[in-house]
Amino acid sequence: MNLHEYQSKQMMACYGLPVLKGYVCHTAGEVEAAADNLKSPVCVVKAQVHAGGRGKAGGVKVAKSPAEARIWGEKILGMKLVTPQTGDKGKLVRKVYVEAGCQIEREFYLSFLVDRARRCVSIVASTEGGMEIEEVAHKHPEKIITVGVDSRVGLQPFQCTKLLLSLGLNTALLASFSDLLGKLYRMFMERDLSLLEINPLVLTKEGGFVVLDAKCAVDDNALFRQSGLKEWMDYDEQDARDLRANKFGLSYVGLDGNIGCMVNGAGLAMATMDIIKFFGGQPANFLDVGGGASKETVTEAFKILLSDENVKGILVNIFGGIMKCDVIAAGIVEAARELSVKVPLVVRLQGTNVEIGRKILSDSGLRITPADTMDDAARKIVDAVKK
Amino acid sequence: MSVLVNKSTKVITQGMTGKTGSFHTRACRDYGTQMVAGVGPGKAGQEFEGIPLYNTVADAKIATGATVSVIYVPPPFAADAIMEAVDADLDLTICITEGIPVLDMLKVNAFMQGRRTRLIGPNCPGIITPGECKIGIMPGHIHKPGRVGVVSRSGTLTYEAVFQLTQLGIGQSTCIGIGGDPLNGTNFIDCLNLFNEDSATDAVIMIGEIGGNAEEAACDWIKAYMKKPVVGFVAGATAPPGRRMGHAGAIISGGSGTADAKFAAMERAGVHAVRSPAELGAKMKSVLGARK
Repeated sequence: MNLHEYQSKQMMACYGLPVLKGYVCHTAGEVEAAADNLKSPVCVVKAQVHAGGRGKAGGVKVAKSPAEARIWGEKILGMKLVTPQTGDKGKLVRKVYVEAGCQIEREFYLSFLVDRARRCVSIVASTEGGMEIEEVAHKHPEKIITVGVDSRVGLQPFQCTKLLLSLGLNTALLASFSDLLGKLYRMFMERDLSLLEINPLVLTKEGGFVVLDAKCAVDDNALFRQSGLKEWMDYDEQDARDLRANKFGLSYVGLDGNIGCMVNGAGLAMATMDIIKFFGGQPANFLDVGGGASKETVTEAFKILLSDENVKGILVNIFGGIMKCDVIAAGIVEAARELSVKVPLVVRLQGTNVEIGRKILSDSGLRITPADTMDDAARKIVDAVKK
Repeated sequence: MSVLVNKSTKVITQGMTGKTGSFHTRACRDYGTQMVAGVGPGKAGQEFEGIPLYNTVADAKIATGATVSVIYVPPPFAADAIMEAVDADLDLTICITEGIPVLDMLKVNAFMQGRRTRLIGPNCPGIITPGECKIGIMPGHIHKPGRVGVVSRSGTLTYEAVFQLTQLGIGQSTCIGIGGDPLNGTNFIDCLNLFNEDSATDAVIMIGEIGGNAEEAACDWIKAYMKKPVVGFVAGATAPPGRRMGHAGAIISGGSGTADAKFAAMERAGVHAVRSPAELGAKMKSVLGARK
């Protein structure tokens, strides 16, 4: 679950981290009032969407007066922000964060993440603050410093010193920098974060650190014990189909193609998308109905697939291990009838009770094309959609 | 022969009385696996369809001589269950549970340092030596005893590969699902190493997916040490960057972890990589045929 910048900063403020004063605003009027309240010579109006690259896309603007802030508020609120991370459709800006300004001396990059290769929490830092870290990693890998924290002992003072020096900072700043790192590490561990990214972290002209931009992601698997954070879920930022799928225990990711897929198991679901592409088709989605799909979940899965108007055909690929093929087949028939599926439907069933399952499909009188193997199924649906 | 488990393996179920645990304990016992005990605090003295329950893993081990456990405990308690199995010095613990917080797995990982227990999973289908011992949730009947090892990050895609092999008359020595989470126990290299040393395994199918660099690391190892042919596939060539594809570990981040990079690593290492998952069985058949 991704957090907005303002939510990340709210959490940081609870840990005593240096964030600037700011207000979340939904209207231009609120923006003007917020700018007035800040009593800062400059303020920044920042679009709050779940995507990086907001600045370059025109979603972050500096204002020298409340009146100017209002103008930016009017422009940014309601705009479709298109960044490399949003795709061409862009993201509608529903709220902005109006924040006080500060005097920037230097900018850095700092992040905490679960490092799967090193099997620990790693701290990544760079002198190239404000740039995209992927770009820095590509062009100047030597400018990225990574320090792994041993979870048995936690963050150690020597690691803070190492990071400080590698950023070219004066040791006079060691106490405040170590304090910052310590609090961030504690927040990362206590709030079950999977990513905490500060870009940039600013050293001000006054010699203090400020978190200028922040992005946090919470481990979805840990939400059961982070009940406070669940309320921060921004449903507007989620694809409606993803949300509906979640509600029924389905895992769905929408794509741009025209062949809807319904599969059990994440690996097989990806492989099904891949084989559609292999035979020249374009998958419309990833959809894993899980290990224990019932008739209801199958029906719901069909509804989600059919709500995508790009879908010109559906491929069902079920390997019934625990799930029995006859149960799935009955679910498919009922869902196809109830929803009067008009697009070509290719069904490949394999595994437990497959013969009974196939008979249910063929006896249904519905136009369902059966397939024996994965490539047979993929070829059939790709051909059907081309027609 | 086979790797890790065989007909003499005795197994404890942790989380046996839940719906999933009881269903699969029964299915594994029916397959012929020696399911000798279950564990649940306060349940000592009770039994489940003739299988005795104990309060702790350590008690169950002493009473039955079991060396392996399988875990179906719900996510909030699963890390603790793994650590209990490790503390009881079992040879092997297999965690089926999906959805364990990643920071819990960091703790488990730290706890396991210097201990003797091997962990398979979490978020995996388990392990099977066809005809001898099935531990986990895979459908037993699609397997066939034989001489091809299978190692995979996925569940149903593994069944697909096994099914293709069996259809072509190619049996399996042991099939291991290492799980779809970003932090897991036994990895590709561990399994490849076991198959490499196993006199009953002639060749290996390796199924990876997007995210992380476990496949790349495995390919480096294969290039240096693997004596037997490996047929490979990577799921997720069509996955968009930055989106989690079902499995917590299946995400392309910052341009790394792509299927293309993993396929390239396989090709560099001399792995017989197939771009279509439907060709895994046929490719293995031709690789085995060429060796004869």
